[in-house]
Amino acid sequence: MTYTDYTTGEPVADTKAPSGPVNERWDKRRFEAKLVNPANRRKHTVIVVGTGLAGGSAGATLAEQGYHVVQFCYQDSPRRAHSIAAQGGINAAKNYRNDGDSIHRLFYDTVKGGDFRARESNVHRLAQISVEIIDQCVAQGVPFAREYGGLLDTRSFGGVQVSRTFYARGQTGQQLLLGAYQALSRQIAAGNIEMHPRTEMLDLIVIDGRARGIVARDLITGKIDTYFADAVVLASGGYGNVFYLSTNAMNSNATAIWRAHRRGAWFANPCFTQIHPTCIPRTGDHQSKLTLMSESLRNDGRIWVPKAQGDTRPANRIPEDERDYYLERIYPSFGNLVPRDIASRAAKNVCDEGRGVGPGGQGVYLDFADAIKRMGRKAVEAKYGNLFDMYQRITDEDPYEVPMRIYPAVHYTMGGLWVDYDLQTTIPGLFAIGEANFSDHGANRLGASALMQGLADGYFVLPATINDYLARHPHQGEVTDEHPVVQEALAETQDRLNLLLSVDGDRTPDSFHREVGELMWEFCGMARTDSGLRKALERIPQIREEFWRRIKVPGTGEEFNQSLEKANRVVDYLELAELMCLDALHRDESCGGHFREESQTPDGEAARKDDAFAYAAAWEFTGTGAAPTLHKEDLVFEYVHPTQRSYA
Amino acid sequence: MKLTLRVWRQQNADADGAMSTYEVDGVSPDMSFLEMLDTLNEELILKGEDPVAFDHDCREGICGACSLVINGDAHGPERTTTCQLHMRSFQDGDTIDIEPWRASAFPVIKDLVVDRSAFDRIIQAGGYITAPTGSAPEAHATPVPKPDADLAFEHAECIGCGACVAACPNGAAMLFTSAKVNHLNVLPQGAPERETRVLDMVAQMDEEGFGGCTLTGECATACPKGIPLVSITSMNKEWLRATRKVAKR
Repeated sequence: MTYTDYTTGEPVADTKAPSGPVNERWDKRRFEAKLVNPANRRKHTVIVVGTGLAGGSAGATLAEQGYHVVQFCYQDSPRRAHSIAAQGGINAAKNYRNDGDSIHRLFYDTVKGGDFRARESNVHRLAQISVEIIDQCVAQGVPFAREYGGLLDTRSFGGVQVSRTFYARGQTGQQLLLGAYQALSRQIAAGNIEMHPRTEMLDLIVIDGRARGIVARDLITGKIDTYFADAVVLASGGYGNVFYLSTNAMNSNATAIWRAHRRGAWFANPCFTQIHPTCIPRTGDHQSKLTLMSESLRNDGRIWVPKAQGDTRPANRIPEDERDYYLERIYPSFGNLVPRDIASRAAKNVCDEGRGVGPGGQGVYLDFADAIKRMGRKAVEAKYGNLFDMYQRITDEDPYEVPMRIYPAVHYTMGGLWVDYDLQTTIPGLFAIGEANFSDHGANRLGASALMQGLADGYFVLPATINDYLARHPHQGEVTDEHPVVQEALAETQDRLNLLLSVDGDRTPDSFHREVGELMWEFCGMARTDSGLRKALERIPQIREEFWRRIKVPGTGEEFNQSLEKANRVVDYLELAELMCLDALHRDESCGGHFREESQTPDGEAARKDDAFAYAAAWEFTGTGAAPTLHKEDLVFEYVHPTQRSYA
Repeated sequence: MKLTLRVWRQQNADADGAMSTYEVDGVSPDMSFLEMLDTLNEELILKGEDPVAFDHDCREGICGACSLVINGDAHGPERTTTCQLHMRSFQDGDTIDIEPWRASAFPVIKDLVVDRSAFDRIIQAGGYITAPTGSAPEAHATPVPKPDADLAFEHAECIGCGACVAACPNGAAMLFTSAKVNHLNVLPQGAPERETRVLDMVAQMDEEGFGGCTLTGECATACPKGIPLVSITSMNKEWLRATRKVAKR
């Protein structure tokens, strides 16, 4: 039986989501959830893996509630988690602009933006909580942009027609993360959080069907240790680095969620990846990562390419009537602010037509000449100054004088561990929050919604729902290293690292990462086909086989060894990539960021097949390279009725 | 481009370190400095040698992980983070010295990687506003004058990389500490803890073994985020004010 011969198992249902009117469900769930007596909370230990917006806010809040939190991050400080790099902003349905925004509209925009592949209950809760997040962050001292009257400023983002994005210049992620990090720091000082920086989770410990701890490696000494708890929360981020080149941080990785998947947590919609339209094009083979330019640039910048193929004149020598402002032309009502998936695909299309600009023709212009004329250079500087500086530093071109060149790049993964309304995975006691789960963005995430979801999960959702689990299922007795399951997990981890160190082949971890990444970009990137995906599925096991024959990792496991860290992450990419391709192959429709060339409308837009695919695909692991089992969660739309998305 | 690199190699915290010399060829001016080091490391791995360890993560100039002293300057010749430094800032044939942050409060872990956890402990001492989740008033309940919000933001831009300490002849952490003190102390939300914050953070800073400040200004010159030197003066003022106010209590 080959990998593609997957079987379809029992459907999966979100049993925790209450029924009734969508706007009452969260209240209802919070009331029905059992509480843990405050005096008993310190007897419960919760492990949190990751310190980004989701993990940082969850750790701080759980500790404030009285739980004993043991928290991990691979970075040298919790303040450096990759949420820090988010630039543009955070959505909230405050309606401070009086422009017709509401919780219901944010809910509607998010379900529609996700191309009808997200759960209504979750998304509505997200929209409700959005307003509390802004209050919370302001109280922490997050320096959001303000108007002269002292009130908060907002801006617009792609896929919506209201101005609901709160921001802190181009560093919103950093400022929100520092807010969470500071709250976390307060709890560390109070002794409520035991923080382990430079420590990476390498396996999950599941005893009697419940998550009871993790195996983790101290990245300085190389020591492998076990940590036990009453519940484990994964806030380890997305898996975009499977593509090698992405906007993710270099060390962001999929190991925590993939190891949990191998231990029984189902993985939902792995093929739903977001390709961000406004990134700086690559310059050569040495490229180690791609840099995003905030989508907020599309508010004032105009995207264009030459009308003629192969036009190599410099931008300023191409007259106005020989330029094609293709987004404004194809989507007159949303123009340059169409959702990310649509903007990315349109850029790919014009480049495929031979109208791309810059080296290799892999780029389109993002032009601020009109904005500078309209607003003045000073105003453009105030709004986008740091982004322009960053662009100039990387490309050595002055974007005030010549248009920026941009090209799509892998940015975010909507898929992730399957979770119910309580954010609990299919392993009782294992929760997944933030980008690590699959729940809120469907097949495409709207701009400025990742920060919103990370903080909603961490500050408000998980701290309410985890009580219910801990109250209903108190653990009897301690787990120790002597437990056979723990021994086995430790031995497996140790064996894997030893094997990596002992092969002594002739290829570096990076060379394998690059190879699988390029394969994924070609066949599981912006456009996917049946034949391409099958090619990738044939190739991935070969790369895996070659990896274990030819990998070379210098040094030992008992020291600071970055090559070993990297190689171990690549092991997991080589399995995850296969599942992503299979998911993309099985989903024989286009939706959001998943574009199957076989399924498009006559004018080239993504054509969904709601009759066949209005479900979340949750995959169950059955062994490396073995055909997984598919469990379908039917998606029901009671409020936002699926239509062909139209931004024209 | 062809370059000669002289790199600080140190097996671990307890071992002695030394500069080692490497040649790298085929460097493109469009490479970032860290991509140039990636190239070197790929060669070292294939030769069976230990690659050069260095901290890095976002490679977008915001996470604050990267931390190299290049030709004697923290983050090198341009005013930016190491990851945003490109090889076009160098000439073919150059010899480049690469060292870790040099400060006794930042002990070396391996090669170019240092331990900056002292910064975390300074924040833990008081670099926060006590606002437990759920207790926040409506965001617009307290308007913040734009100049104050902008000033807070200017200080909040600190990425905690430690270049200020590495550049300081005394190994002082005044710019880092003052950036957080000022970020929170100029906001109305930070006012209730204004005194304890500055006193506790400065006390922790001293305890960590950072040097004293003689206002040489090297910190602000090296800061990739442009935290101004006046930040230190403001913190000193805050500290004096707090000392006197607390004494009166």
